Amino acid sequence: MKNSINNAFRTAKKENRPALISYTVCGDNTKDKSLQILNSISKDLDIAEWGIPHNCPTADGKDIQNSSYRALQNGIRLNDIFKLVQRFKKTKPSKPIILMGYYQTIFNYGDKKFIRKCKESGVDGLIVVDLSFPDNKNFAKLCKRNSICFVQLIAPTTTLKRMKEIIKSSHEMIYMISTISTTGSALKYSIKRIIKNFNIIKKIKPSKNVVIGFGITEKTISNLRSADGLVVGSAICREITRSLKDRQNPVTNVSKLVRKLKNKII
Amino acid sequence: MIKLKKKTPLIDQHNKFGFYGNKFGGNYCAETMRKPIEDLSKLFEKLRKDRKFLKKRDHYFKHYLGGETPFFKLKNLTRHLGGAQIWCKDVSAINGDAHKAYHATVNALICKESGKRHIAGDTGAGMFGKNLAMAAKKMNLKCKIFMGTKDISRQAPNVKFIRDAGAEVVPVDSGSKTLVDAVSECMRHYVSNCDNTHLAVGSAIGCNIFLKICAWSTSQISRELKKQLIKEFGKIPKLKLINVIGGGSSALGFWNEFIDYDKKHVELIGVEAKYAAPLSTNAKVAILHGAAQYCLTDKEGQIAETHSLSAGLDYPGSSPLHGLLKDSGRARYTYASDKEALNAFKLITKLEDIRPSLEPAHAWSECIRLAPKLKKSDVLVVNNCGKGYKDKKIYIEQLGYYPK
Repeated sequence: MKNSINNAFRTAKKENRPALISYTVCGDNTKDKSLQILNSISKDLDIAEWGIPHNCPTADGKDIQNSSYRALQNGIRLNDIFKLVQRFKKTKPSKPIILMGYYQTIFNYGDKKFIRKCKESGVDGLIVVDLSFPDNKNFAKLCKRNSICFVQLIAPTTTLKRMKEIIKSSHEMIYMISTISTTGSALKYSIKRIIKNFNIIKKIKPSKNVVIGFGITEKTISNLRSADGLVVGSAICREITRSLKDRQNPVTNVSKLVRKLKNKII
Repeated sequence: MIKLKKKTPLIDQHNKFGFYGNKFGGNYCAETMRKPIEDLSKLFEKLRKDRKFLKKRDHYFKHYLGGETPFFKLKNLTRHLGGAQIWCKDVSAINGDAHKAYHATVNALICKESGKRHIAGDTGAGMFGKNLAMAAKKMNLKCKIFMGTKDISRQAPNVKFIRDAGAEVVPVDSGSKTLVDAVSECMRHYVSNCDNTHLAVGSAIGCNIFLKICAWSTSQISRELKKQLIKEFGKIPKLKLINVIGGGSSALGFWNEFIDYDKKHVELIGVEAKYAAPLSTNAKVAILHGAAQYCLTDKEGQIAETHSLSAGLDYPGSSPLHGLLKDSGRARYTYASDKEALNAFKLITKLEDIRPSLEPAHAWSECIRLAPKLKKSDVLVVNNCGKGYKDKKIYIEQLGYYPK
């Protein structure tokens, strides 16, 4: 499905709301369960991000670390992830799916082989946390040639000059990190400051879809609704952890949470 | 095969992306870290050319760390083994008990120059942690030390030292609860606090700038050694320089001044721990803690668990600079088991007055293996890079005693 990421943003814009983007870890807590969760929440989502678990995740906080740990403990492999993406896309061909991970996984598998498998299984986009600009130039080109959106990240520490370069080499979606932190910590900056950073990026190239992530929860999501999209990750992973601990069904609990998040931005 | 450049410091042999031999190193880090590490790189490049800063460094090395560490012949061991002459560069005699004192001190000085008031570092054996805590106290910086919970319990004397020096020990309970997890957690702390915190990476690992600062600091060891060799022999004799390798910071310091020598003249031998030996067991190149390096992984590319009695060596990766030295053929790497290191400790302490920690005991084991096969004119120098007191409990558990 070409340009399904752009379509997702267009639909959200028509409804005068930001796109809702989830992040869960593929294989958390089992392969089937993670697919069930994604299938169930996808009706309230515009874009789904699926994490590829890695055991040395230097940019992730405790919640995503826990999810990754569970997935790895239950034996998830990269080839399983491609198969699960394929299964997801079979029932929801127009729902964009973005894989997010660390470069070691891709490097170990081989860049070209990895992208070929992404294309075959229906992956729409990629976020590689530790492959930042300009080191990602060749990889981003390879993605583009295969109609995969390579999502660049912009942090609060990114200088204006660098920001312009990153935006210039970016594809249809850009990920803005809200605060100086790993995933899942509380927002350190005021909403005003985050929106100000967002507006700086938008002003450079208004046509790019800029999403905000890191520290987005039920409490903060509605205040940031002027963004093109909002990513909720750790809050969902935390809900899975809580459900498993309380011996409840993570599928229903996470679906409820995502529905609530959606309601806050309609 | 990768070729080394002559007359260019090893740490500067990278391309504009931070890769050595187009293969090792780089800057695989989150976007948030890019600006802080770029700022740090600029600051470091300025400081290493700044006379005032170099004077300050030398002042600290001399008056705070105690100056030149001794170099002497181990006459009894030489006689006992009956081959090459065995010499010891006793870096453990430094105030701070290990080579980590050099880059802990330099990192604290750089932190001070940067205007940041917080410093954070990782530690396995506790040597870097303790030295960073000491330097931070001396320079009035707030210090956090990240340490795996397994290491906190097996290196208790150093943990006490860190706390007594006023630093906070942050226990890391994830994964294998050892150095690899401590480094990850420390990097996360930096990602979250890079606006006010200086990251002091405990070995010559991490993004380009961190390994450069580390190897630049420890190179003090080889500057001293070169002078001491000339004083003793009138020239640089035919040498073998044996050093233990965990991340590889002490070896890089011990070898730095000798890289340009022909390997038939000055041979460089690195000794890893048997079950944490990416350089000597043909591990693949992998990306760990921000850099491409020889690293133990499983088939899926997940970072492998390691096993060593020595906390300082219990690490799956290796410095990108050692990848460069290995692939260029300049250094060769081997390994020693826990048992071999313990046996080396037994023999050395029976015959000589030095008390190596478990880490350099691995290097001594290779020395003991090699010496009898060599001629009297051959000179073996071992970097005795850490004091044994921190491993007293482990030695007693394993050997039944700790020598006086």
